[in-house]
Amino acid sequence: MFYREAGQYNTTYEQDLQAFPIKQDKIGIAIWLVLAYLFVPFFGIPGLEYGFAMNAIMIPVLIFTITTIGLNILVGFTGQISLGTGAFMGVGAYACYKLTSYFPDTNIIILILASGFVSAIVGALFGLPSLRIKGFYLIVATLAAQFFLEWCFIRVGWLYNYNPSGAIEVPQREVFGWIVTGASAEPVTRYLVVLSILVFLAIIAGNLTRGRIGRSWMMIRDMDIAAELIGVRPLTAKLSAFAVSSYFIGVSGALMVFLWLGAAEVESFDVNHSFLYLFMVILGGLGSITGSFMGAAFIWTFPIILKELGKSWFGINATVMENVSLVAIGVMIVVILIVEPHGMARLWQIVKQKLRIWPFPH
Amino acid sequence: MSTADTYITPDGRVIGAVMMEMKNITLRFGGVVAIQDISFDIREGEIRAIIGPNGAGKSSMLNVINGFYHPQEGEVWFRGLKRPSMKPYQIAKQGIARTFQNIALFKGMTTVENVMTGRQLMMEKSFFWQMLRVGPAMTEEVEHRHRCEEIIDFLEIQHIRKEPVGNLPYGLQKRVELARALAMEPKLLLLDEPMAGMNVEEKEDMSRFILDVNDQYGTTIALIEHDMSVVMDLADRVVCLDYGKMLADGTAAEVQKNQAVIDAYLGVEH
Amino acid sequence: MTDFLYSIFVGPFADMIALPDFLMQVLWEGFVAGVLYALIALGFVLIFKASGVFNFAQGIMVVFSGLTLVGLYELGVPAIMALVITLGVMYVLAFSVERFVLRKLVNQPDIILFMATIGLTNILIGLGQWIFGGETKTMITEQLWLPTGSSVWEPNGGLVIFQHIDIAATVIAVLMIVGLGFFFSYTKVGRALRAVADDHQASLSVGISLNQIWVIVWFAAGIVALVTGIMWGARSDVSFSLQIIALKALPVLVLGGFTSIPGAIVGGLIIGIGEKIFEIYWGPLFGSGVEGWFAYVIALIFLLFRPQGLFGDKIIERV
Repeated sequence: MFYREAGQYNTTYEQDLQAFPIKQDKIGIAIWLVLAYLFVPFFGIPGLEYGFAMNAIMIPVLIFTITTIGLNILVGFTGQISLGTGAFMGVGAYACYKLTSYFPDTNIIILILASGFVSAIVGALFGLPSLRIKGFYLIVATLAAQFFLEWCFIRVGWLYNYNPSGAIEVPQREVFGWIVTGASAEPVTRYLVVLSILVFLAIIAGNLTRGRIGRSWMMIRDMDIAAELIGVRPLTAKLSAFAVSSYFIGVSGALMVFLWLGAAEVESFDVNHSFLYLFMVILGGLGSITGSFMGAAFIWTFPIILKELGKSWFGINATVMENVSLVAIGVMIVVILIVEPHGMARLWQIVKQKLRIWPFPH
Repeated sequence: MSTADTYITPDGRVIGAVMMEMKNITLRFGGVVAIQDISFDIREGEIRAIIGPNGAGKSSMLNVINGFYHPQEGEVWFRGLKRPSMKPYQIAKQGIARTFQNIALFKGMTTVENVMTGRQLMMEKSFFWQMLRVGPAMTEEVEHRHRCEEIIDFLEIQHIRKEPVGNLPYGLQKRVELARALAMEPKLLLLDEPMAGMNVEEKEDMSRFILDVNDQYGTTIALIEHDMSVVMDLADRVVCLDYGKMLADGTAAEVQKNQAVIDAYLGVEH
Repeated sequence: MTDFLYSIFVGPFADMIALPDFLMQVLWEGFVAGVLYALIALGFVLIFKASGVFNFAQGIMVVFSGLTLVGLYELGVPAIMALVITLGVMYVLAFSVERFVLRKLVNQPDIILFMATIGLTNILIGLGQWIFGGETKTMITEQLWLPTGSSVWEPNGGLVIFQHIDIAATVIAVLMIVGLGFFFSYTKVGRALRAVADDHQASLSVGISLNQIWVIVWFAAGIVALVTGIMWGARSDVSFSLQIIALKALPVLVLGGFTSIPGAIVGGLIIGIGEKIFEIYWGPLFGSGVEGWFAYVIALIFLLFRPQGLFGDKIIERV
């Protein structure tokens, strides 16, 4: 009875086309935003040490949500599977690094958003094979991108300014007087910047997926031949999917290095990470923006929670719990695929359906 | 009657000049000849049926009209112009829409979303506006939604608007596919066995819709159909194929009496 | 400019001719790597042919089986017993996968099944690390009566070294492939497997139990994985990095065709030898490490121009 839509009428098409037409959903989102902007910066996550909550949980989860949304656009909405996500994050990160070297006085946020474009171009380039290759054969093409780009990150010294260690170190940058990147940047500043970028990009993603471009993506996913016969140009649809997806992933890569890790090595962009992000998409729900947040949050925090529980309740060491969480995530993937291939987002929708009539059974 | 003549049918519909002409079409798949030297035309505003036993080449013919298959020999003329070999999306731009024998709906979307996909070509607002959504993109979306809802009303599928099409029964899926094709506001509508798998009532409904589409929107329709009574009732002219060759071309009554056609259906050896 | 062109089109070949014994060595190394790639690919082909599932977990099965074998030995189990028990473990694995995963996902699109095998990979990695620890282990080569040491060939004063284990690997791989070929062509179960690979519905209608066949196929793939694990482990120790190397089987399959056993072999050899040659002779131009992506780029080119591979079935799309 909490979720009842009775009495809420959509009298215009604009109303029907909103992202969250139901009032309870709107209230829910508002609450989340209030918590995110007003509660967390001051109190972190209740029960956890502030620095830990921010650095180990909130900031990475928000960053990976952006990654997952990006990957979801490609895999969930357009049906093009990709294992190159790790490398594309790297493209964004290295692009941002070079941009900060060339434009040391430009606002870092602008540079981060700009580095996404580099990633978008590279992504579109490596997405060209998708015009001829379908289904999971595309994995081979994306793996080619993944391994080739990884190799570039090591071999092309220009990318890391010929730093002998091969890694990139993030310089300190300020925005309106607040230190945003570098060792002195406060967690709360970084958190708010990441949060704002996420909200901004999530709105764009939501808008795109609900409009004609998103529809063209879904048409390609569901039946590309019929899509073409309706007038969708596969080239435009697929490349735009790769480009937009890679933009998001590239920005998240830049954020990962500049606003979270503070430095980066090639390992941060390896193929194992590509799998991790794919898991986030699958678990969260293919083709769902809200699911992307759920998937990222869950995959990231679950091992942390397990490790903590293992340590404090059972005294088991971290390595063992790490392996347990690997197994658990693998099991969850299989179970989700069996029980609800549309992921946590669909499960949440089902819960809401039940909430419509709760406490009545039917 | 010259090809440019317009005439009026007994029940008052206007049939215009020749809209599409197939000239000596031959289509081969490797060693198999699917269509052999077939020529016929379709007039503006008419309902043309393509009939014939299984494997006669009817779907292949439709695919040639559609631009999905490219004939090795022969020419396709559309509205007085020879049509070069085109990609499917270019054909769609020309105003040709179709439905499929095995439904080709987008299973991941709802009914109204599927119908909206038909408007894809007509939606032009740029990427930038799509990102913003408020403003020109929204106006465009609402405008097209309006048109789609009109079509949904027309085909009486309002009650399943928000239903994912994968959950719908077969007959309703066919109707949604028709709605999607109509959303493209095509000049020529190709229907590949629109009555397949339907019971008598569903067939009556679908026949009524097809007639209404032709009547209200003036859409030219070419359909493949097995049920002879449907063909008799709906079609202005009929072309009959068998083994890739044309057996007869004329009005429904003429074709029905054609001996070669009767033989083909009864399986007489020739 | 001419320098550049020279270094790409002439130089490497000149290098090859200058030191023919070194070329032989490189060819041999590539050949052996190719044989091992082919074995991994073989496991993929088996499962793909019979159930249409692309078993991403094949790579980790190689590692897992190797780890189980060594792990058991380290616990004190005699080598041959360990081998038998490991085979049993692989059977249990095959059985569980069929029972708990494949059966439940029967009508889902291929991509879902594929992602399930990715999940399976995670499970096996986690289990493997949990039970056996994450450090590299040495394969119990001698205990399995596999040869060690090497032979030296000195053609015209040059020097080519052949590791005995490599020769053994090649021989065993050939035996395995011949054995599998025999199994498929001449035994009742083999025939049933071929039927299932061809058409699920048809085989059901003649009374073949799909579930049984799938267990058998996954077990066969498990055996292949174990042999591969032993061979590869004997050459370069058993570690989890092997799992990533196993990803190379994908380009092998693209070249050879996903459904062809001879294709897996030819593809494996081409990739193995091609990779090594490219790395040694063209590597210095690009910088080292090209081995990491060479195979994938070749596969990509193949996908663009001949997607069915050298031996696979052509894919025709009908509307």
